Amino acid sequence: MTPHCRYVLRLADTNLVLAQRLGEWVGHAPALEEDLGLANVALDLLGQARLLLTHAGELEGRGRSEDELAYLREESEYLNLTLVEQPNGDFGDTITRQFLLDAWQLGLYESLSHSMDLKLAAIAAKGAREAAYHLRYSSGWLIRLGDGTPESHARVERSIARLWPYINELFDADEVERAVLAAGIGPDPATLEKNWSRRVDEVLAAATLARPAPAKFGWYGKQGRHSEHLGYLLAELQSLHRAHPGATW
Amino acid sequence: MNNRQEWPLYEIFIRAKSGLDHKHVGSLHATDARMAIEHARDLYTRRQEGVSIWAVRSADIVASDPAEADALFEPARDKVYRHPTFYDIPEEVKTL
Repeated sequence: MTPHCRYVLRLADTNLVLAQRLGEWVGHAPALEEDLGLANVALDLLGQARLLLTHAGELEGRGRSEDELAYLREESEYLNLTLVEQPNGDFGDTITRQFLLDAWQLGLYESLSHSMDLKLAAIAAKGAREAAYHLRYSSGWLIRLGDGTPESHARVERSIARLWPYINELFDADEVERAVLAAGIGPDPATLEKNWSRRVDEVLAAATLARPAPAKFGWYGKQGRHSEHLGYLLAELQSLHRAHPGATW
Repeated sequence: MNNRQEWPLYEIFIRAKSGLDHKHVGSLHATDARMAIEHARDLYTRRQEGVSIWAVRSADIVASDPAEADALFEPARDKVYRHPTFYDIPEEVKTL
């Protein structure tokens, strides 16, 4: 598999796994309106994941469809960021995870919309508009919770501390990202990080939350080495397809 | 969240792409104005229904009292001459 294909698959898997996580909120969100809000974000991410998976299948050239890639790969073949497979926790954990990811994804898509891979550029241009709304939603909630009651502040502060160790992976470029950068396909991680930091610092300040120190340890879900949570998520995601191969609506 | 009943109610008005006025589409709960717009976007523009959203706190709407309906609206009933149906339209006017 070429670095180009692996790179697109990483983006696809990150979206697919996060969409699945957000889908777990349906019927359980703190208010009906939030139920729909989270499901809307999940559907945007799922739509992007489908386009990206199809594109990755074409780049791979082995004739694998979006469904085959989504339903028939093992845990170690999934290349999503470790951040997005983390459990939903409470509403504040979910919002924090979403915010950290949205701030990254918006900058990523803005940059990818100028990619030499024209198909990826088109997907990113569409995704950027969706990501801009996602960030508006998640940052609005983070500010409300951080600058809310003493309890909401303390809880969301813990959410940030819990999720911060998964941030290193977003900007720690490996050979795949260096290869797509050299080919004019992917963005420069250093620029992404600057962009992300600016957005995150602005919202954390408004939310009266402090930015934690960088973690010393890094996760590498994007290389197929995952936390213990992904296997369970995939079991649920893939169970229907495995029980009824080729099932369609 | 056992205190979510305390989220204020907002009335939502949407202007359709071809429409000139905002029409009332329903209501929702939100903690603040920004959230009201976001919820309205998620609830009422899912199928491209609109290009503009107004949100108004329901508590800020001044409404007529249904008990006073007779006093307010009944007196207009026998004043049919207020409808512009008693004029002869000149033949030269084609498109009225």
